[in-house]
Amino acid sequence: MNESALVACGVDKRFGSLVVAANVNLALPPGARHALIGPNGAGKTTLINLMTGMLRPDGGQILLGGDDVTALAPEQRVRRGLARTYQINSLFPHLTALESVTLAVCERRRVAQTWWRRLIAYREEIEEAHQILGALMLGAVCHRPARELAYGQQRLLEIALALASRPKVILLDEPAAGVPREESKELFAAIAGLSRDIAVLFIEHDMELVFRFASRVVVMVGGSILVEGTPAEIASDPQVRAVYLGKAQREYRHG
Amino acid sequence: MHPVFGVLFDGVAYGMLLFLLSVGLSVTLGMMNFVNLAHCSFAMLGGYVTVTLMNRLGWPFFATLPAAFVAAAAVSVVLERAFFRRFYNASDLEQCLLTIGIVFVSIAAAAYIYGTDQQPVQLPAFLRGSIVFAGLNFAIYRLFLIGMALIITIVLVAALEMTRFGTQVRAAVNNQRMARGLGIDVDALFAVTFALGSGLAGLGGALAIDLVGLDPSFAFTYLIYVLIVVSVGGLGSIGGSFAAAMLLGVSDIAGKYYVPAIGSILIYLVMTVLIMLRPAGIFGRR
Amino acid sequence: MTSTTIAEPRDYLQAQMRWRWGEIAFWLATLLPFILTPDYLLLASQVAIAALFVLSLDLILGFAGIVSLGHAAYFGTGAYTAGLISKWGWGEPLTGLVIAALAAGLFGYVTSFIIARFRHLPLIMITLGIGLLLQESANSASWLTGGFDGLQGIHTWPILGRFRFDLYGYTAYGYALAALFVIFLGARRLIHSPFGLALRGIRDNSQRMRAIGAATHSHIRTIYTIAAMIAGAAGAILAQTTETVSLEVLGFQRSADVLVMLILGGTGRLYGGLLGAVVYMVARDQFSGLNPQYWYFWIGLLLIAVVVLLPNGLLGGLSLLTRRAKVQS
Repeated sequence: MNESALVACGVDKRFGSLVVAANVNLALPPGARHALIGPNGAGKTTLINLMTGMLRPDGGQILLGGDDVTALAPEQRVRRGLARTYQINSLFPHLTALESVTLAVCERRRVAQTWWRRLIAYREEIEEAHQILGALMLGAVCHRPARELAYGQQRLLEIALALASRPKVILLDEPAAGVPREESKELFAAIAGLSRDIAVLFIEHDMELVFRFASRVVVMVGGSILVEGTPAEIASDPQVRAVYLGKAQREYRHG
Repeated sequence: MHPVFGVLFDGVAYGMLLFLLSVGLSVTLGMMNFVNLAHCSFAMLGGYVTVTLMNRLGWPFFATLPAAFVAAAAVSVVLERAFFRRFYNASDLEQCLLTIGIVFVSIAAAAYIYGTDQQPVQLPAFLRGSIVFAGLNFAIYRLFLIGMALIITIVLVAALEMTRFGTQVRAAVNNQRMARGLGIDVDALFAVTFALGSGLAGLGGALAIDLVGLDPSFAFTYLIYVLIVVSVGGLGSIGGSFAAAMLLGVSDIAGKYYVPAIGSILIYLVMTVLIMLRPAGIFGRR
Repeated sequence: MTSTTIAEPRDYLQAQMRWRWGEIAFWLATLLPFILTPDYLLLASQVAIAALFVLSLDLILGFAGIVSLGHAAYFGTGAYTAGLISKWGWGEPLTGLVIAALAAGLFGYVTSFIIARFRHLPLIMITLGIGLLLQESANSASWLTGGFDGLQGIHTWPILGRFRFDLYGYTAYGYALAALFVIFLGARRLIHSPFGLALRGIRDNSQRMRAIGAATHSHIRTIYTIAAMIAGAAGAILAQTTETVSLEVLGFQRSADVLVMLILGGTGRLYGGLLGAVVYMVARDQFSGLNPQYWYFWIGLLLIAVVVLLPNGLLGGLSLLTRRAKVQS
């Protein structure tokens, strides 16, 4: 059996009396296309923060490529091949798209500490960054500062930054969040174009994306995994329906 | 009798004063994360209001205290409306510089109007002198100061715990976004809290005159102490401010009495180390 | 075909980094005081020293986003080190400068471990605390520092054995200007290096830096140490050219002044700091008859005005104007 690319094993996390993760078990095989869905406040982003190291779990382990990384800092996990994007854009507003991705490439190649050589001497890094941007249809705007990009382009830049670290696992936090219909084509193409070597876990509310790209769906509610299965199984699962429909009924009553 | 009791008493009195000066800043920093380095300018304003009312207009001391509070609160409202509210989301640096600019202006203005000498203030007769109890000398003014600060502390804590306003303040300090989501008008709340905090500082400034003196450098000298209290005590924590103020007050007096050569060094060293160990303050959360 | 696609992004970046005519004009203009205003060379050397100090602050504040209210600690360390070396008998300026800069750099390196771990108010407080601690300690250690009276007995030897420090300041200004220029070249190189890019990343979004695998603490320690060395160099030059060192080199006022100069000129542009230093120091000299309190009144108003109206400083305002002019034409 292939070793999983990323495993969350019995992960617990609590803030005072608020339980945000309860015995969460999740395994991502290499090349996976898994979707993580669930109502707001279910703890999905928290789980990503636990897996990337921004939060320390109270119990359980995180395994990356078979190694226990639970005690490692976020930047160390990135160097071992774990990348993520943010639900709310977290870019470098004053850096151009090219500069941002070049920076990420330089960090990966451990040359970011060299202050005595000019940036333009690093041809390979700049070229690689340019190619990543080109593949995501951002080549034409690569010299614009990130804050001047259209929202959809910023979401693509989020993915470009993650790809620059040559990850083996990518965690996408609602990649399509807030992207208008007209701009979602490139985004979908970008996600479709992700290499088969990379294991992808994405949080999404957009069911079209889930059904299009996910081979497996995990449903999270109230800090625990409720059920997991193929998209078709999940769509017809009565428990999942109750969670979503029940919620919808409550909203309907409030008016 | 051992001088240690005298040092302790003086330290507690000084600590109470520091608490009054600091509590407003602690709460407003905890709520809005607005770095207001001009906080002690409001204190200084309160002091000068008292001096003016007493020396030039002949008001009795007690009447000037509410005036100091109100004056400081009023000026803070004006500044908050005119300037500060535009900078709540600005960078730390911009907030620092804006408020440092106000400190400079206030110090220069005070020097221009009142000169650079210490301001004399004649306390009412019954506040002067000291009483002897159990063989120790207790300065009456310091007793008054301690009593005053304790009453204010009780009122503050009661207001925070038992009134709706207080609950909203605690909610906004704890989680601003959620408080807004619950429908709390955080901006209005902050304006009121800011005014109250500045008013308390003004009151503290008025009370400080007889204890530590008043001159234009007050706005800066005591800023350092207030920042220490707030940083060590934890933002938004009244209990933390109280504890830190006591700690600082007693340590400073004790340091100056027992080891005058290195008095200040100890304070700065302890502060720096404490902030390093507990950056959110002893009682802070973040 | 591929060669053109590679060349294009590099060419663009290269165009960003080349020397502008304005820069060349600026550095040529720094030579003017020798010819036009030889009576003011001592002031000019003070300006150059201040400019070097501001440059060091810009590196940590404008580029890495570290707000420091105690940067004078490193300036003062350099000044006292250079002063003490001279007082103890070795008055050779260039080696003294290097040793002083290294001493300040060492202090910067040690404190950088603390600095790198904090942000916001705790960081501001810690930088303030370090500055205050150092000043108080220097005051107490009057056996070493001369306390309130300052260091006595500093005598600086001629530079390279030939250039004696004269009363008119030719050597002083030449020395300070040369140091400023050389160090500036290094700083400029740093800004346009991958490290410079990383610093801007930290300033823009340090959390995202960690998410792309950056060792942000290590980067911060590096730039802080470099900045401390440069500040120390500035302090050393002050000690050597004026042959005096007093406690104010470590004081909060000096830390505040350098902050004002940087904000005035504009952060994150290198030249902003230099411009701010020139404007501030010249203005202070012009108004030197004024009571210091009133000087700070106007500085206070200026700070408020800059923050409210010109958040990017004079240079930022200028570049905004030129951009608008270009759009209109």
